[in-house]
Amino acid sequence: MTERITKSMAKNIYYGGGTFALLIFIALSFDTVHQIPKRSNQVNMTPSVVEGKRIWEQNDCVGCHTLIGEGAYYAPELMNVFQRRGGSDVTAFKAYMQGWMAAQPLSTPNRRKMPQFNLTPKQVDNLSDFLIWTSKVNANDWPPTIEG
Amino acid sequence: MKYSSQAVAKPYFIFALILLAGELLFGILMGIQYVYGDFLFPLIPFNVLRMVHVNLLIVLLLFGFMGATYYLVPEEAEHELWSPKLAIITFWVFVVAGVLTILGYLFVPYAELTKLTFNNILPTMGREFLEQPLPTKVGIVIVVLSYVLNTAMTVIKGRKTVITTVLLTGLIGLAVFFLFSFYVPDNLIEDKFFWWFTVHLWVEAVWELILGAILAFVVLKVTGVDREHIDKWLYLIIAMTMVSGILGTGHHFFYMGAPEYWLWIGSISSAVEPLPFFLMILFVFTMSKERKIQHDNEIALTWAKGTAVISFLGAGVWGFMHTLAPVDMYTHGTQLTAAHGHLSFYGAYVMIVFTVISYAMPILRGRPHGNCKAAQKRELIAFWMMNIGMVGLTLALTVAGIMQIMDQRVGTHLVGFMESQASISSVYFVRLGFGLLVFAGLLVYFSSFFVKEDKK
Repeated sequence: MTERITKSMAKNIYYGGGTFALLIFIALSFDTVHQIPKRSNQVNMTPSVVEGKRIWEQNDCVGCHTLIGEGAYYAPELMNVFQRRGGSDVTAFKAYMQGWMAAQPLSTPNRRKMPQFNLTPKQVDNLSDFLIWTSKVNANDWPPTIEG
Repeated sequence: MKYSSQAVAKPYFIFALILLAGELLFGILMGIQYVYGDFLFPLIPFNVLRMVHVNLLIVLLLFGFMGATYYLVPEEAEHELWSPKLAIITFWVFVVAGVLTILGYLFVPYAELTKLTFNNILPTMGREFLEQPLPTKVGIVIVVLSYVLNTAMTVIKGRKTVITTVLLTGLIGLAVFFLFSFYVPDNLIEDKFFWWFTVHLWVEAVWELILGAILAFVVLKVTGVDREHIDKWLYLIIAMTMVSGILGTGHHFFYMGAPEYWLWIGSISSAVEPLPFFLMILFVFTMSKERKIQHDNEIALTWAKGTAVISFLGAGVWGFMHTLAPVDMYTHGTQLTAAHGHLSFYGAYVMIVFTVISYAMPILRGRPHGNCKAAQKRELIAFWMMNIGMVGLTLALTVAGIMQIMDQRVGTHLVGFMESQASISSVYFVRLGFGLLVFAGLLVYFSSFFVKEDKK
């Protein structure tokens, strides 16, 4: 098969094909960036949600958890934790989060441990708002089940 | 060694190998914590172990690429390196920045580290693989720019070959796509979208150019096959990489908030992604069969063959396993991703670094015909130990992933994450065992450097 392909043909496929793919990719990227605000309900992205994202990053939560399937696989997926632990109820979820974050680390022997991050109640609320916002993103019907 | 400036490659290779030992060590610690949650807690929580494990990998590969470049570019360009001094300064800057960053991860709580390193001015931290503090990220940019400059100037002043052109394209791409790590939108979905511009377009596009160029160089040297022939293969491989890899980014956009059309575009493009790796196998084995010279450094060619085969398995086969959108619906964010990640990074990138070290290091040590037979034999044992270890731990993680999916995502009787993980723990023990085999293999590999040469 490869005998019939010359070096200049291969070179042309590389430059032509690569450029073509790159141009399509750039065009689609513009469209995606344009669609993301609607698909993620950006209008509901309050200052508290943005603050929650910062807290999420500053404590490297993604170093153990996945969020919308990306991150580490040591701890549970959190995109749908609002539905799983809060029953999609804002007050119930926020109360749950306050209790949960304060209780860390759990003392069960050899259970995987979550550190105590010493967040203020307000910061935990920010984190909850961020996770609630994330749970409503249109991710093409992922995750498939409540257990994530 | 034809050009004295090629010698700057040596410290890069040595430091890359030291970092690799650290990377494996932290991998083993994580493997233990996976089954004994109290291990090292709260001294080093899992996220810190992982950060060190993964960051060491990235940095060691960059050191490996730099060493490979400084070795091969003078020889290809038939010209001394533009500035060996800059290469040495860059080496030390990178070493100091790297070591300080790792110490920061280990000894300063991460939230504290963000405050100490001006993350409030330009927040970039706390995202997977891009956890580095702002000063480190800036340091990486400076180091990479000086690396690109040194390579480009050498190429411009000397002979231009396909290998150096491809390599340089890869390096420029590496520099450009890293810049996306500084862009962190408030919207998580947009953040994720551009995060992949660094992560995917590095490992599944521009790094493959670097890989292809290094592989072509070593194969050219140890088989003596006509350069025109090698060039054609290199172009074919990277053509397939670019055609499939760029739009293949779409396989990360299935279920993260991006539009539906990525389901189709990502699936179709990434179904082609195994092809360049398959071509790589054909390339190395065909060149080996048609070789014009019988190079005494046989183990270098063995590593080159291994790189092609294991990267095809890890990146090609294990990637394809979960790259179709309907499958990824169930596999997204499970141990299957970890399985694929381990074998592809090892097969494609760690092994190409081994390949070039195996070829270049003996020459740098004044052994133009390669190490003695006894040392090569020792290296071959290490080759098999590490390969079997990596394939074994990948298989274990694959089994773990399938069990996790069956528990959490299939059927009506669903099991929660923690309970499911507890039931998988015996598989994680198997994974740990294979991880120890890889580490033992690395120690055998290190010992091959100290096998005494035959007295002539």
